[in-house]
Amino acid sequence: MFTDDAGKGGIAAGGPGNSENSARRTGGDLVQLITPAGERISHPEFDPWLQDVSDEQLCSLYEDMVVIRRIDAEATALQRQGELALWPPLLGQEAAQIGSARTLREDDFVFPSYRDNGVAYCRGVKPEDLVRAWRGNASAGWNPFTVNVATQQIIIGSQSLHATGYAMGIQNDGADCVAVAYFGDGATSEGDVNEAMVFAASFQAPVVFICQNNHWAISEPVRLQSHIHLADRASGFGIPSMRVDGNDVLAVMAATRIALDRARHGGGPTFIEAVTYRMGPHTTADDPTRYRDANELEDWAAKDPISRMKSLLDRKGLLTADLEAAVAAKADAVAKELRAGTINMPEPQPLDIFKHVYSTPNSWLDRQQDHYSRYLASFGDPAEAASEEGAR
Amino acid sequence: MIATMIKEFRLPDLGEGLTESEIVSWKVNVGDTVSLNQIIAEVETAKAVVELPSPFAGVVTALHEQPGTVVEVGKPIVSFEVEGDAGAQTAAGGAAESPAAKREPNLVGYGAVVEATGRPARRPRAFAAAPPVERVETKQAEPLVELVETAPAEPLTGERPRSTPPVRKLAKDLGVDLELVTGSGPGGLITRDDVRNFVGGGELPAAAQELAGEAGQAQGQVPSARPGEREVRTPIKGVRKFTAAAMVSSAFTAPHVTEFLTVDVTPAMELLARLKASKAFAGLKLTPLTLVAKAALIALRRNPTLNSKWDEANQEIVQFNYVNLGIAAATPRGLTVPNIKDADRMTLAELSTALTGLTETARAGKTSPAELSGGTISITNIGVFGIDAGTPILNPGEAAILAMGAVRKMPWEYQDQVALRQVMTLSLSFDHRLVDGEQGSRFLADIGALLADPGMALAMV
Repeated sequence: MFTDDAGKGGIAAGGPGNSENSARRTGGDLVQLITPAGERISHPEFDPWLQDVSDEQLCSLYEDMVVIRRIDAEATALQRQGELALWPPLLGQEAAQIGSARTLREDDFVFPSYRDNGVAYCRGVKPEDLVRAWRGNASAGWNPFTVNVATQQIIIGSQSLHATGYAMGIQNDGADCVAVAYFGDGATSEGDVNEAMVFAASFQAPVVFICQNNHWAISEPVRLQSHIHLADRASGFGIPSMRVDGNDVLAVMAATRIALDRARHGGGPTFIEAVTYRMGPHTTADDPTRYRDANELEDWAAKDPISRMKSLLDRKGLLTADLEAAVAAKADAVAKELRAGTINMPEPQPLDIFKHVYSTPNSWLDRQQDHYSRYLASFGDPAEAASEEGAR
Repeated sequence: MIATMIKEFRLPDLGEGLTESEIVSWKVNVGDTVSLNQIIAEVETAKAVVELPSPFAGVVTALHEQPGTVVEVGKPIVSFEVEGDAGAQTAAGGAAESPAAKREPNLVGYGAVVEATGRPARRPRAFAAAPPVERVETKQAEPLVELVETAPAEPLTGERPRSTPPVRKLAKDLGVDLELVTGSGPGGLITRDDVRNFVGGGELPAAAQELAGEAGQAQGQVPSARPGEREVRTPIKGVRKFTAAAMVSSAFTAPHVTEFLTVDVTPAMELLARLKASKAFAGLKLTPLTLVAKAALIALRRNPTLNSKWDEANQEIVQFNYVNLGIAAATPRGLTVPNIKDADRMTLAELSTALTGLTETARAGKTSPAELSGGTISITNIGVFGIDAGTPILNPGEAAILAMGAVRKMPWEYQDQVALRQVMTLSLSFDHRLVDGEQGSRFLADIGALLADPGMALAMV
């Protein structure tokens, strides 16, 4: 699940890393390897990076996309049922997330945004950990160092700076792992992302910027934010870029492999624009019908990443009843696990707030904690006082 | 034997920090078996209309709130009978487990549990002076207890008057409570006619009825009076609040003048009938509004002053060289005035298509903000309600609004005789700051001339 062995094979597979031309590719036409009808199109530059992808791996990519869509739907339902305060749906962006995350190595480090739950799932984050912060039970859902995924950023685009800093650290260590920043189209209008690209280019840091252009920065359409393709913005920083169909899991995968390979071999940063579409609301508190045309959604539904993959498998004769049953069972099981894990999640305790402020003991904080404990104790029954606090 | 138990679903905070939501409709009935995550209701918050998925698999035993009711976050809205023992079904969490506990909405998610005794969540420190605090607490407790006791309206029993879904829809649109209607159909079934007779709608012209339904829907926020209630108080908010602010600002900044003109539109109606029958307009929805809109657009070319705007901030009069034609529409969310962009460049067929599209989008409540802004002049069709004339208030920022009345057969002078003719009254309000009586009058007269004799278009274009 963590990594895709084939990912390492990208180099061995004789990828076009030696071609100076393609290595510095910038923007250009949208690369698509699977049509919306599920037809596999050949592409001289990208195909070599996928030579090793087996039928089993295709099926498992499909499974991951179905499962993450199901997690997303279940979490949305849990929000509507009052179990989560908020949830940012990723519906429609499954291929962009699964295709890229599945190519990463275990020692690569991901810096995601709040919507990148598919990425986190691929890295081994447990379903209930995806919703822990949205339920208000913790400041963050997981320990970043057990899965090499930083906590999801709410601040738009700031994770691109964290990723670039981490990548500069990798350089200092002399390691060959890569830092990967995930952000959306709106983030490219933020100062943080632009600063990150300046630093990444200046230091030739091993960082990959994966921009999921889902067309909407909440209610602001991408066409208002940029008069050129987002991928073309990267060339202004001297960063090579690719513009791929983000609803095409193989195109995303190949592009990510090219970028990772470049970063691992001292070639510096790459910017990938995965052109996709946010089919749902910005978050469960948003009503997209107020600002966008229903026809647009219909157009993109026809380019759905999962139905496209399904058609591809069908054409290859891989879409058996057994596969479908197994994938459905897996999705059901994960959804059930998510629901049970969410509903039975222990409430946070009042003193938990002191736990993750400093990594080392801190006398000033200890004093505050001591004061606060005694304050809580003054309410009488500490358990009851705690549960009341916990409910906040 | 499988043990069953009753679970309540309390209205969650569906946005970030919302305190209430309106039940738009129930998708299930009492007695229905529902599965986990099956959509059970549609709810409108201040932010969006959203669907509620069921938190349980089981049988619906009660729907606690009627559609149209605004419900506080945390109040039970539906009860289920679910299988399994209490230990296993930790399913829908704390809120449902302890019906006594009432949660107050906080900024994000739920706030603290307020105990049913009415004590504040945080008790005084041990060293605080006890007696006065106690007194204060009791005081605070009262309203809470009262709220709990009076809040649950009469619980909905399983029985409800028999009717079919389209009839229930009609009743809802007209604001009729079916409990009060006597059914004349087989077995007491309430029919469409029963509902119409109840509101005395028999006299409404057929065309008007459809739109009256819309109007009823727009008033949907106003609950129909229940027996024994002498007044109903509805908070001013949402579209109503916005409409009110716009009307007040328009009425008290732009000095309105309204002029009336009654016209024999028989030739225009004959033209309409011919166009409808012609191949070129097959499949299009041509109505009197289409012709009035076209006539106004033609008249506007000769009287461009009516298509302008008073820009107070810049001390300028803005003359538009395009026409974004606003059409007042009663929608499920209230009055909106979406506009047709560049309507002056459209052929009659294009205009007809645009009008149909605009009305359908508005009725579906799907009008986009872009369609609502940038209007330059508006038309309101009060004729569909069977009304002749009125003094319409300008859509803020526009210089004129035309109200078209109902087309009636009336005795009228025709070729020096009295004949039964089709007659319509046009009412035109304009902003007297930038439109003089002469310009307004010429514009209205031109529209009248076009409707009285559509051939005049040859002379005007």
